[in-house]
Amino acid sequence: MTRREWWALSYGEKRERFNDAFNHFFIWILKSFASFVTATGELAKFAATSIKLAFRAPSRWDEVIVHMEFVGNKSITIICLSGLFTGLALSYQIYLGFKIVNMTAMVGPTVGLGVFRELGPVLTGLIVSARAGGAMAARLGTMRVTEQIDALEVMGVDPVQYLVSPRIIATVLVMPLLTAVYDFVAMLGCYLICVYLFDIDPAQLVSQTTEWLEPYHLWEGLFKGALFGLFFSVICTNRGYNTKGGAEGVGNSTNEGVVTSMVMIIVVDFFVTNLINVFYQLKATLLQ
Amino acid sequence: MTETNAEQQSNIQYAVDMSDVKKSFDGKEFVLNGIDLKIPKGKITVIIGYSGTGKSVLLKHILGLLHPTSGSIKVSGKEITSMTDEQLTKLRQDYGMLFQYAALFDDMTAIENVMFPLKEHRRDMPRSERLQIAKDRLKDSGLDPKHFNKLPAEMSGGMRKRVGLARALALDPDILIYDEPTTGLDPVLTEMVDNLIVSTHNLRKGSTSIVVSHDLYAAFRIADHVAMLDSGRVLLHGTPEDFLNSEIDLVKRFVAKGVRKELQPKNGESEEPARSTE
Repeated sequence: MTRREWWALSYGEKRERFNDAFNHFFIWILKSFASFVTATGELAKFAATSIKLAFRAPSRWDEVIVHMEFVGNKSITIICLSGLFTGLALSYQIYLGFKIVNMTAMVGPTVGLGVFRELGPVLTGLIVSARAGGAMAARLGTMRVTEQIDALEVMGVDPVQYLVSPRIIATVLVMPLLTAVYDFVAMLGCYLICVYLFDIDPAQLVSQTTEWLEPYHLWEGLFKGALFGLFFSVICTNRGYNTKGGAEGVGNSTNEGVVTSMVMIIVVDFFVTNLINVFYQLKATLLQ
Repeated sequence: MTETNAEQQSNIQYAVDMSDVKKSFDGKEFVLNGIDLKIPKGKITVIIGYSGTGKSVLLKHILGLLHPTSGSIKVSGKEITSMTDEQLTKLRQDYGMLFQYAALFDDMTAIENVMFPLKEHRRDMPRSERLQIAKDRLKDSGLDPKHFNKLPAEMSGGMRKRVGLARALALDPDILIYDEPTTGLDPVLTEMVDNLIVSTHNLRKGSTSIVVSHDLYAAFRIADHVAMLDSGRVLLHGTPEDFLNSEIDLVKRFVAKGVRKELQPKNGESEEPARSTE
């Protein structure tokens, strides 16, 4: 409708059209919300079934080890590389800012807090979800479209227990370790740039950092790492397992799996950070 | 097995007995609309029909992968519609299935693929024994031992079918199911797969073979019984001869399009492989 046609309408017609448009928009919102709730419910059910099946006979721990090697060992190089450069870049920026207020001694603790509590788990989650999560979705998707999953079912082997559960358990176990590696390498980057580029006294850097950082900062990050691992492995295996169509379907489910995982990691991080803070406040109140 | 059970088993004439099976996914349209089908034990039964007539859905019901909306399905005398998932999982060990494209696990070699069901269901069996059984099954299926350690990606379509069949036979199943075994294959491979089905059946006395296909020519070459589906019902179930002599219009048209006259069964005079000898 052109602007002129719109102005030519009577007040009643305009109101009617506006109401129609509003109703459509409202219905769209409701439908989107309903489908979001349904999808979330299905995902939660899928996760619960997979985890429950992991502890049922027959044992699949040999499969868990294989997937731990795939998710963990094969991600070490990119984790180290990104951790190192995150530490270098973050320390550089923070140093420049703190130099203005003459607080360069606080570069170490600030980088430490940022890396341990946020950047470590979030970036590890994003990197591993793109690498291993994408591979999981593609592998299961290919198995689905080539009837390999049907073949398992016909053979009397539960495909969720054989294919999905070990991947989820392996990811949840490996993600805290990868996060710890990321944290360590990022702090190494911070040390290198502070000591060798900005001439900060190494003893002062280490003492300040250890003074300000508490073990629970590290635990918090490791917990987040495991949680993000759970999220992306469930999302990616679910997408792969429910792939429809041929090669295009595999591409779509891989793409959806990785994108949804990445967005979810960032969204969930915000809520988990808040929940953890509420937990600490409650704990402090109860201890007083 | 007790004597009474053994007697009961031997009295069961039908490997699969479906009565008035209906299936609807949306509650409105019925994909299966009152299927009555009795698949005799120890015979090769070919289920044919145009695309979209419910062949695959029927197969999934026999395998217990789908539950009917109503009706009864008995496999070897046992009602499967009321079985729990665990009971169905156990029951599926009695089945062997060859998929259209073999559905081999692409990260496993031919021999590992055949050993897989044994590894899953015969956990107490020593590895050497599993290996020997897998080798025997592959040899029975006609695969040259030099291909035993090849991955599916390194094998031809025919070789993959042989490995798929060997895997289906690994647990020594009572019922062998072939889902569109010759679809997309060239005439030479089609004949090879048909021969394989018949020779495997003849080798395993007492086993039942169910072949789902829309290749009527192949169906007549191998079948003891043919069942034709249309609109979710069994249009005709009988011997290939009953089929050729049928006066049902749709059957006549299907036969006219699907079978060349010179290739019709000739009661043993055919040069094509003989049907199963029971």
